[in-house]
Parts: sequence; structure tokens; C-alpha cells
Amino acid sequence: MSVKLTALLKSPWVFHLSTGSCNNCDIEILDCLTPRFDIERFGMLLAGSIRHADVLLVTGSANRKSMERVKRLYEQVPKPCLVVAIGECALSRGMFINSYNCPVPVDKIIPVDVYIPGCPPRPEAIIAGIVKLIGKVKAQAQ
Amino acid sequence: MNLFYLVVYGFFLTAALGLFASWVDRKVTARVQYRVGPPLLQPLIDLVKLLGKENLVPAGASRAIFFAAPVAGLASVILVSTFLWLNNFDPSRTFGGDLIVVLYLLAIPSISIMMGGFASGNPYASLGASREMKAILSYELPFILAVLVPVIKASHSLRLGEIVQAQMQRGAVAASPSGLLALAVAILCVQAKLGLVPFDMAEAESEIVSGPLVEYSGPALALYRLTKNMLLFVLPFFLIILFLGGVQRGSGPVFFGVLKLIGLVAVLTVIRNTNPRVRIDQAVRFFWGPVTAGAILAVALALFGK
Repeated sequence: MSVKLTALLKSPWVFHLSTGSCNNCDIEILDCLTPRFDIERFGMLLAGSIRHADVLLVTGSANRKSMERVKRLYEQVPKPCLVVAIGECALSRGMFINSYNCPVPVDKIIPVDVYIPGCPPRPEAIIAGIVKLIGKVKAQAQ
Repeated sequence: MNLFYLVVYGFFLTAALGLFASWVDRKVTARVQYRVGPPLLQPLIDLVKLLGKENLVPAGASRAIFFAAPVAGLASVILVSTFLWLNNFDPSRTFGGDLIVVLYLLAIPSISIMMGGFASGNPYASLGASREMKAILSYELPFILAVLVPVIKASHSLRLGEIVQAQMQRGAVAASPSGLLALAVAILCVQAKLGLVPFDMAEAESEIVSGPLVEYSGPALALYRLTKNMLLFVLPFFLIILFLGGVQRGSGPVFFGVLKLIGLVAVLTVIRNTNPRVRIDQAVRFFWGPVTAGAILAVALALFGK
């Protein structure tokens, strides 16, 4: 594996993007930064600006307004970058599946690397998902 | 020989110690919050990762200044640390007024952040850069007044080497009441110079994202981070030279020098973790009011030989 990729996996800075979620998944993401879970142990930091991010955490069922923003933000992340869809809404639109305002799930808008189900997923589930993502990227690189 | 100092001490050793100081800062922060904190090599891994990322330039940015600004900031920090190491190890190689040169060069990293912020053409960045400018105006006055105290103690010499030698003969400046007061003022100013929490108005993540650095990505951001990490070592080192007697060669003194450095970085970190962010007008009032008054008092005490 290249130095570039090893360093990326050891210091993934996450950018948190809500595409219209009910805030539960967002709170669970913030839980991962609390002393109980402390993801800074693994070098993960919450980036304020999309230009500093390596991992895009997408929550919520993308509605017609936020679809374009998701696309634009994905174009603004410096590559290489990874995308994580968190929560039932981001995976399959959840209870909004028949809504007029949510035409497609997030992975039809931008490529998603790992899916973390749950409504909302527990912080343990989010951390387990990230571990699987790191394993997947490592396996792909070899 | 000078090139050796510039490359080995000025860049590599300072960068290594700066990354270490940044790790101390993050680890102490984590322990204050009952967390485990990042591993020792984390600041280095962050830099390597950023160097491997894509470098994006925003559409409305002025490309040349956007890339020149981080280089200017890093270059000035390397120069400052070279001067400091040179004077610390060999006080006879000082020249008249090198203290003033160091003070000017220490202002350039902040100016480079302003340049980069204005060049990126982002409204958050412009707002952050204008706050940075106000912050410079507020903390430079008490900082220069505090620096006058060791100058007075070293029989009115503006040479860094003579300040170090005077402390070797007569003991550290901070051992006197005026020196201690000036050190306290200087620590507060260094806190603002580093953009650490009570005075991080320019970078305020929760209101203006990351201020002037909002549009920076990849290698350019890595240069800014390296500059900040190196400043986290260079500014405490500057204070050690001015107030705490420098870091002399030999087995014992080097150990005490490292202790002084870790102590100063820990003080900065504890201040950062126990205070909320102030507004820019509060910061200006704070630095021009009580802090400047304290600095003037310290200078007056030093003039009376206390």
C-alpha cells in the first residue's frame, strides 16, 4: 500500500453533511467524538471546511433541494476521498421512500463506499462501519 | 555553517520539536477531557496525508498569492528558529538588533494567513483575515512592551546573544518580579499569536468555519499546519530565551530546557482548555487594557531594578 493511502487511513478527517435528516444521526456522529468513544485515538477529526475533509459523512434522505448541494460538495472534496452513508434515510430514504420530495437515495447521487444502517445507528455501529471501510480500502489497494 | 544551522536546526529539528509540541498539546487536551488522545506520530501522519491530497484553487482566487502566502509564513518561521538556535548555542554570533528582526519575522506568519485568506476570495476567509488583522493590532503592543523587560535587564541590549549571556551570569529574568509579570503578559500574547482558544477569533470553527484557511486543501494546507506546529515550538522557545535563561549545552541543562518547553506548552494548553472564545472587541479591550497596563508596570519595575 502506498504511503499516501496509509496516511489517509490513519488520519481521516470527516466532514459531516446533513441532507435533511431529523438530527438523530447527526447527534450520534457527535457522540463518537465524546470521551466515551473518542475517535481522535484513530486520528479522526471533525473538519469544519469541506476542503480539509477526507471522508464525507452523509445523513438524511436527500431531498430535491439538497441533492444538488450533495453533488457540489462531492466535487469540492480534495481527492482521494471516501463517502459514508449513515442512517436508514441516507441508505434507502427510510420512511420518506414514497415522498414526492425524495426522488433517489444518496448512492444514486454520489458513489458511496460504506453503508451504516440504523435509525439512528449507535456510535459503536458507526465506528464498526468505519473499521470495515478501512479494511475495504486496504483490501482494494492490495 | 550558517546553512547547516538553517537546514538542520532551523528546519528539521524545529519541525520535529514543533510536531512533538503539537502532540503534547493534543494529548493534554484529550486528558483534560478524559479522553485517550492521538498517538505520538499523529501530527506527522496528518502532514503526510495532506501532502498527498489534491490541491484545489477556488475559481475567484488570486492563484499566485494563494500559493505564495503559506510559503512566506513557513520561510519566516524557519528564519526565526535559525536565529534563536544560533543565539542559544553560540551567544557570541549575535548582531545588533536581532531581537527586532525576530519580532518582525514573528509577525509574518499571521500576515501570511491574512494574505492567504484575502487571496482565496471566500467571504468566511475575508472575515477571518480581517479578525486576524485586529488581533495583531491588539496583541503586538503588550508583547513588545513585555519583551522590553529582558532588554532592560540585559543592560539595554537589543542583541539576543547578550540577553542569553546576561541571564547566564545573573540568573533568569523570570526570577525577578518584573520578569515574572512580563512573562505572564508574554504568555497571554503568545496564546493570541498562536490563535489558541480564548483568542482564536480568526479561526473560530463554530462561526466562520476555519476562517482564513477555509479554502486551503492538500499541500498548501500542510504548509500552514507545519507553520502553526513549528510556531508552537518557536514561540515558547523565544520566551525561554528571553525570560527563562535559554537551553544551554550539556547533559543537565538540556533536560531542564525540555522541561521548560513542555511546561510552557502545557500552560498554553491548559489556558486553551479552560476558557471560552472571546469576541474580537473583547480581545482588543483585554489586550489594550489590563494586559498593556501589566506590561507597562513590568517595564517600570524593571527600570527601577526590581
